[in-house]
Amino acid sequence: MRDLAKRYGERVALRDVSFDVLAGELVAVVGPNGAGKTTLLSILAGVQRASAGEVGGPAGSKGARAIGWVPQQPALYSKLSVEENLRLFARLERVADPHAAVETMLAQTELRERAHELVERLSGGNRQRVNVALGLIADPKLLALDEPSSALDPGQRARLWEFVDRLVQGGTSVLFSTHHLGEVRRYATRAIVLADGELLFDGPPRELIATSPPGDDFEGAFIAFLKARGH
Amino acid sequence: MRWLLLKDLTILRRSRVLVAVLVLYPVAIALLIGLAISRSPGKPRVAIVDETPPGQTVQVGSARVEVSRYAEQLFSQVQPSRVPTRAQAVQEIKAGKVLAAVVIPADIASRLASGFEQARLEVLYNGNALEQSLVQSQLSSALAQANIGFSEQIQRAAAQAIGLLLSGGNLGVLGAPANLVGLSQIPTKLRSVIARQPPGPDRVALEQVEAFAAFAAQNLSLARNVLSTIGQPIQIQSTLIQGRRTPLNTFAVVVAVSVSLMFVCVLLASGGVALEREEHALARLVRGLVSREALLAEKGALAAGCAFAVGFAMLAGIGAFVALDWGRVGLWLLALALGSIAFGALGVAIGALAREVRAASLLAFLLSLPLAFLALVPSGSVGAALYEAIGAISFVFPFKASLQALDAAVNGASPSIGGPLVHLLALTIFFGALARVGLRRVE
Repeated sequence: MRDLAKRYGERVALRDVSFDVLAGELVAVVGPNGAGKTTLLSILAGVQRASAGEVGGPAGSKGARAIGWVPQQPALYSKLSVEENLRLFARLERVADPHAAVETMLAQTELRERAHELVERLSGGNRQRVNVALGLIADPKLLALDEPSSALDPGQRARLWEFVDRLVQGGTSVLFSTHHLGEVRRYATRAIVLADGELLFDGPPRELIATSPPGDDFEGAFIAFLKARGH
Repeated sequence: MRWLLLKDLTILRRSRVLVAVLVLYPVAIALLIGLAISRSPGKPRVAIVDETPPGQTVQVGSARVEVSRYAEQLFSQVQPSRVPTRAQAVQEIKAGKVLAAVVIPADIASRLASGFEQARLEVLYNGNALEQSLVQSQLSSALAQANIGFSEQIQRAAAQAIGLLLSGGNLGVLGAPANLVGLSQIPTKLRSVIARQPPGPDRVALEQVEAFAAFAAQNLSLARNVLSTIGQPIQIQSTLIQGRRTPLNTFAVVVAVSVSLMFVCVLLASGGVALEREEHALARLVRGLVSREALLAEKGALAAGCAFAVGFAMLAGIGAFVALDWGRVGLWLLALALGSIAFGALGVAIGALAREVRAASLLAFLLSLPLAFLALVPSGSVGAALYEAIGAISFVFPFKASLQALDAAVNGASPSIGGPLVHLLALTIFFGALARVGLRRVE
């Protein structure tokens, strides 16, 4: 991303945001409410257009469809089964072998037994798994997750991060936004801090902790960091 | 677009209650509207208190007209319930058994016969403002019809009496001499007498009487003709200036089908678009998987297809009971197709602007139902300025154009089908563009 900006009328949602995501990186985007996290991810996913700046896809690919997108609220058809949702989006993504892609996703997300169940009957955790599976159905090089664990209980959250970790181990780059700072400390290889649409920090979480007095955890360091910059 | 269409059909198939409501509700509404338009209002149930003594008559010249004939005339215009007293009639009204009561007073015959006092009836009714208006309107019409019928009988009796005066004979009046000479025969008889009279004052006097008799006979004959015009002074001869007359029952068919077409199409299309937003799938779709235009076209086409099928099934079904010209079936299909597409465009615009299924359905109802009624308001039933305003509102929505196209297709009514079809196409483009604007934001 280079010099990315987004304006809604007079309001500036993002200003001059630039960063790269390398292959196999797990990058966390954090910031207070209204910082521009969702706007940033939706521009990356091609849902919204930037007012200015450039968004480049993963190396060797073009367009927003090369990036998998998992919105904050599960974007699923509740009257379709898990398998039907996956097959529909595999076809819409023009995946070469939709059947194989569906089978792979059912296996990866461990939803094989629930394949024929209507989404409206699934638990919140399982819906989120299907939501993630839809983001991965076209085997993207980069996956953008918008607050993926916000509606999950601790057990479901742990399973989600195990799954994401396997993706990263497989070479997929993952960019996620979150309010759970413990997850950033535990799983992210890099953290990007946004506030009022500005990029304030880009580096490993431990470097952010280093900016605060000794003894602060990541959450304390993050709050002190924002406070020091007037947020 | 194909996969999206298949997805929507699968969802529809699984929402059987929704589909049943979508089809049955508009069909029921359409049939009710059709029945309301095609059936004339029923006769009001009215209590009648006839206080006149049995066999009472009104003497008109030599003829007698029975007063009970008036009650008979009135009975034929209402659903009569004979009650013996006024008090009982009031009880029946209060109990809601009858809408009103008519009291024929005992002195009606003497007043009619007097020639200077007008006969009077007493009308009793009850209910709220709407019921009062309905009862007054229906009863006024019934009383007017009864009055006409009774006055025709009196006219006939009067004309018969004048005829006897003119042509002579037995007047049938008590005390009147038999074989009276008629007024029209007097001039001839007098002329033969005058011819035998020598000139002088007697002959002059006879000539004056003869001139008067001739004049009186001539004018009395004219009076007989005048009497027939008093009963119904103006006869109505109606001529349709523009277009072809559409029978009310086949027009009701067209209204019923148009209403169904509108409801099925607008509700399905608006719900379909709003559902994509409600399920948060819209953002996923428009990030390069499906264009917004294709998405709107798919929703509109699905709704139009379903509405077209319902509309044609209704026409075919009703055609079994009402005589429709199947030779025009090609035009029916054309009108149904373009009407469905225009309603589909309106539906996707509502869905794109409303954002939620419930809000979209509510908006679709709030818009559609009044539009249907506004489009049916006949000219002359409201003030000119209000009618212009109603016309302008109807013009920017597809119901009236669709109704006109179907009426032209099914009944060959005016205006011809071309204008409404072009109008429907223009509205499709307008609402399609509005839907595209509404879909600019995905959340």
